[in-house]
Formats: sequence, C-alpha cells, structure tokens
Amino acid sequence: MFAFTVKRIAQGILVMLIISFIGFGIKHNFGDPVRELVGERVTPEERAQIREKLGLNDPFMVQYVRFLKNAVQGDLGRSFFFKKPVTEVIAAKAPATLELVFCASLIVVGLSIPLGIYAAIHPKKLFSRLIMGGSIIGVSMPVFLTAILLIYIFSVELGWLPSFGRGETVTVFGFWDSGLLTKEGLRHLIMPSIALSSIMLPLFIRLIRSEMMEVLESEYVKYAWAKGIKPRRVWYVHAFKNTLLPVITVGGVQLGIMVAFTILTETVFQWQGMGSMFIESVTRADTALMVSYIVVVGAIFVVVNTIVDIIYGLVNPVVRVTGRK
Amino acid sequence: MSELLKIKNLNVDFALRERTLRAINDVSISIDKGERLGVVGESGAGKSVLGFSIINLISKPGYIDSGQIVFKGEDISKYSYDRMRTIRGNQISMIFQDPMMTLNPVLSIGEQMRETVFAHMNVSKAKANEICVEKLKKVYIPSPEKRLNQYPHEFSGGMRQRIVIAISLLTNPDLIIADEPTTALDVTIQAEIMDLLLELCKTDNMGLMLITHDLSVVSQVTQRIAVMYAGTIVELGDTATVAHKPQHPYTVGLLGALPQRAGSEKRLNQIPGVMPGLAKIPAGCPFSDRCSLVGDICREKRPQLLEKTNGIRVACHFVE
Ligand SMILES: Nc1ncnc2c1ncn2[C@@H]1O[C@H](COP(=O)(O)OP(=O)(O)O)[C@@H](O)[C@H]1O
Ligand SMILES: [Mg+2]
Repeated sequence: MFAFTVKRIAQGILVMLIISFIGFGIKHNFGDPVRELVGERVTPEERAQIREKLGLNDPFMVQYVRFLKNAVQGDLGRSFFFKKPVTEVIAAKAPATLELVFCASLIVVGLSIPLGIYAAIHPKKLFSRLIMGGSIIGVSMPVFLTAILLIYIFSVELGWLPSFGRGETVTVFGFWDSGLLTKEGLRHLIMPSIALSSIMLPLFIRLIRSEMMEVLESEYVKYAWAKGIKPRRVWYVHAFKNTLLPVITVGGVQLGIMVAFTILTETVFQWQGMGSMFIESVTRADTALMVSYIVVVGAIFVVVNTIVDIIYGLVNPVVRVTGRK
Repeated sequence: MSELLKIKNLNVDFALRERTLRAINDVSISIDKGERLGVVGESGAGKSVLGFSIINLISKPGYIDSGQIVFKGEDISKYSYDRMRTIRGNQISMIFQDPMMTLNPVLSIGEQMRETVFAHMNVSKAKANEICVEKLKKVYIPSPEKRLNQYPHEFSGGMRQRIVIAISLLTNPDLIIADEPTTALDVTIQAEIMDLLLELCKTDNMGLMLITHDLSVVSQVTQRIAVMYAGTIVELGDTATVAHKPQHPYTVGLLGALPQRAGSEKRLNQIPGVMPGLAKIPAGCPFSDRCSLVGDICREKRPQLLEKTNGIRVACHFVE
C-alpha cells in the first residue's frame, strides 16, 4: 500500500509537470510580461531593457525552469488587470468555487448512492423507472438551461431563493471567505449547487445502477444468497462494496471535471469564483491569470484523482494487501 | 434409511420474452439421510437448475411451475422467503463450480465465514470464530486462525474450494449440493477435493448431491446415479450397475465418451450430434434424434422412467 501511494503521488507530480509545461507554453507565446509589469505607456527601448533584465530573451527551457522554480514557491506571475500577484487574486476567488464544488459533490454523492442502489435492486418498481427517466432528462439538459429554469421558478416566480452572488460571507482562518456559515450564504448556495450537480448526479446514478446490477448477477452474490444471509447484507456489503471500486475510479474523474463546469454555473449566477474570474481574464487578455487558472485547476484535478486512487487502494484488498493493481 | 429429500414431479420453467421453456421436466428423485447421489449429464442438461430449484434460487426468469420438494417431511418449495432462508446455507449448503468466482474478492475469509454462522446461529463473535477455525481444520487448511484475516486472492484455487467446503460445513447441514465442485480446478487437485468431500460426508453422515458432467467422478463417490438429458432423468439406479451396465442408450454413449485408460486411442465423443436447446427438444423421447436405436414409437411417445429387469429405472421404450 505504501509503494502504491508513492507511485500514485509520483504520477500526480508528472501530470502537474505536463500541465505546467503547457501553461507556460501558452504564456510564453501569447503573454507579454512587460505589459503586465509596467502597462502600455512605455517606449520600445525601455521595453527591450526590461525584457533583457527579466531574462525574457533566455532560451525557452531556461525560462520554463525559472517559471517552475517560482511556481513551486507560490509565484505564478502578476495579473495585468488586478495589478497584484495572480496567486493573491486566485486565493481570493478560490473559496467561492471550492465551496460550490463541495456542495455540489455532496448532492451528487449523497443522492446518487441511495438512488442508484435502489434502482439496481428494484429495477422494475415505479420509483426506479422515475429515477431512470428523470436522470435521462437531467443528463440531456444543458447546465445553463437548468440554471435559468431554477432562477425562473425559485427566484422570479416564487421569490424563495436569491438568484445571484454569494450573499453574506464570513472570513475564517484569516483568508477564507465562507458562505457556509451564514443563513444567507447557504441560501445563495442552493441553486448554483443544484445547477452544478445537475449533470453529474444523473451520470452517477446511472453508473452506480449499472455497476451494481452487474455485480448482483455475479457468482459471489449468488453464493451469498445461497448462504442464507439477510438481503440487506447481500446488497450493501457483498454487492455495494464491489460496486464502489469502478464507481470510485470513474467518479473521481467526474468530480474533478466538475471544477471545470463551474465556469458556466458561476457566470449564470454571477458567482464571484475562479470560473467567472477565468472568463473575465480571457476577455481582458490577462494571460498570467488565465494560465494560472489552468495550472491551479489542473492541480486540483490531480490532487482529487490521487486521493481517489488512494481510496480505491484502501477499498480493494488486492491493492491494499499486495500493492498490485 | 429415512428419506431426507424427495423431489416429486418437478417442473421448472423459464419465462422468456417469446415463450416459456421447460428446463426441468417432470423430475422425481430422492435422497436418503447420509446418502450420496450423483447427477450426471452433458452441459445444458438442467443439472444446475435442478440443484438451485431445491433451495428455490433459480436464476431469473426461472421458476418452479409445479411439483414438490419435500425436505425432512415438509414441502419447502412453497416456503416464504424468510422461512426458506432458514434452510439455505443452514440445512442445505451449496458448493459452486468456480472457487475463483464464488468468494467475494473484497471481503476477508473470516467475514465470509462468520456471516454464515451469524445468519443461522445466535452466537458471539468469539464463538463464531471458533466454529470457523474448527471447520477450516476439517478441510486441512494450515494455521486457520491466521487465514481468517486473509482475502480470497491470497489463496490458490484448490485452497479456495476447501474454504468454500468449510463454509458449507459451518452449520452442520443435512445435505450438500455440490455443483461441479472440481470442474474449474487443476486436474491434480480434483481428486484431492473429491476425496475430501467424500470423507466429510462419511464422517458426518451428510447427504450429498454431486452434480457433474464427468461419470468417472461420480462413480467413485456416490452410491446412486441419476443421468439427466434435456431436463429429464433418463436413468436412475445404484452406481455400480449404472456405471458398469448402463441400459439407456444415452448413458451407454456417455460411458463410451469417457477417456479410456492411458494408451487407448478411442474417440472422446461417441454420441453423434449435440444436446438440443430447450426450444428444440423433440416431442416423444427427448433423445430420439441422437439415438441409434430410435423407432417410430420414440418420436411419438415420451418414455416413462420405469424400473427394468436389473432393478434400474430407465426411460426408454426399448429397454426391458
Ligand atoms: N437464466 C436462464 N435463462 C434462460 N435459460 C436458462 C437460464 N439458466 C439456465 N437456462 C437453460 O436451462 C437449461 C439447463 O441449464 P443448466 O441447468 O445450467 O445446465 P447444466 O446441466 O449444464 O448445469 C439450459 O438449456 C439453459 O439454457
Ligand atoms: Mg451447470
């Protein structure tokens, strides 16, 4: 298990290197660090001097290594628009996005497991058919449409829920603006979380159902029935534990992808997170910020996947005991 | 000897989309207490379906259409689900074909053994562990206490089948149904497992229904043999007679199909054709389209399983 964990982490680092390389490539070709530093009202001669001083005339690889060194120390460059280090900008926006993804993940995991299991165990029951029918609608409806429908029903017509912004936030640990601790903050989270989860939830339900149905047909489940043990134990211990393995692998990737889906959700709900920041940085040609977003989201993705892989190892005795996979 | 299990006129159907097919056709058979019965036939004959129908665990869309399964004097085929659960894995245990598939890969051996104990006995965990260790010793698993915490992938195929046998012994059942228990194993291990099963049945006076497609396996272990073909029993009698002086043309063919002693170059399959699928079983005698003795009556009338002159029951119009 130790060797397995080390291997997963090493793989994660490798992926991060590739992402940073691509990110740096974009920045190197399209970005203009001089403009980021001094703005546009500087003469070409001064510009050339600054370029030389910043080492922008060095070979690509030398610059990339310098970029990596700085990045490891938490320096990803300066934002042209905000006139601040990009890490500061991102750190200020990240809590909004992470809390949104967290709530959406809770919805996805909390609902897909019971619904998926139910639909697998009782495939013929009316409620299962409703779940499966609903999930098809859910998958095929674009996020922005779901979001707009939610806003129309719950904000415009019923007036129950706020349609934009984060509401009241509280700063915790000195840097984290949290909306989870106030009633208004939570109320603002409801619709964006639902909208964000609306694609993943049906996918997860269908994934869990189909994996579970396959496991229920297996010999070891049939054997468990033949041993005369209680149905609950056959379903939740014998079948579900085996269902979890493939679900963890696929599901981890999907939850990571959700970070990317926040761009749409945040734009519709005017959610001041990294996603809307990214769209703005693109329109403002704020290259450093854009690239940093890609690198940071890549990092989140890699971390989530590494953790998911390690959890997989913990659930699967073949990995846990022998380190094989 | 007293009767343990009596199957009477059992019919099992599979309700498929287009039509309903009969997989077990009017089968009657019995097992006495402590008796070992072999059920032999080619793959697809209905042996597994027969075995599973005893504990009412036929895979969907199969169901018992009619007939009785009398176990210790009670017809268990009409038991409620919860009542049936007190029989399954308790008084009647099953051993499946492939030990690589029957044990759950993510649960330890201990968990898979204890759950069976807890399902049928009201005991503490310590007591349950004690029972598990005792049964693992019976099937000659070395250092059983340590083995309880291990997972299936840490055992060889033969060891896994021993563990499955140990699980089947946990509740001291009256009957074990073993469905091709050695088919998936290495040839070298097959005899070992068979000997173990025979030894355990003898010492504990357990009934055994041994399902196999290999006549040579049953003839060493069981006291009686039932030969199945296309969902019916075509020959039934004591092992010595059926194995050495078979009457039904199908059994004769099966015996001929056995690998001969080393050196002889006989062809393996001596029965022409293959067993028909459930939808294509001929009217009259189910074996008629492959039988060398076939006559007009065979195509019209299904032969009854009747006792013949040597005391064996045979379903054939031409056996006296
Ligand atoms: N779940 C099922 N659905 C439809 N037909 C089945 C099913 N299970 C078994 N059968 C049919 O029942 C017949 C007997 O099968 P089985 O008892 O498995 O044969 P075997 O003698 O090899 O154990 C076969 O023709 C098979 O096709
Ligand atoms: Mg079979």
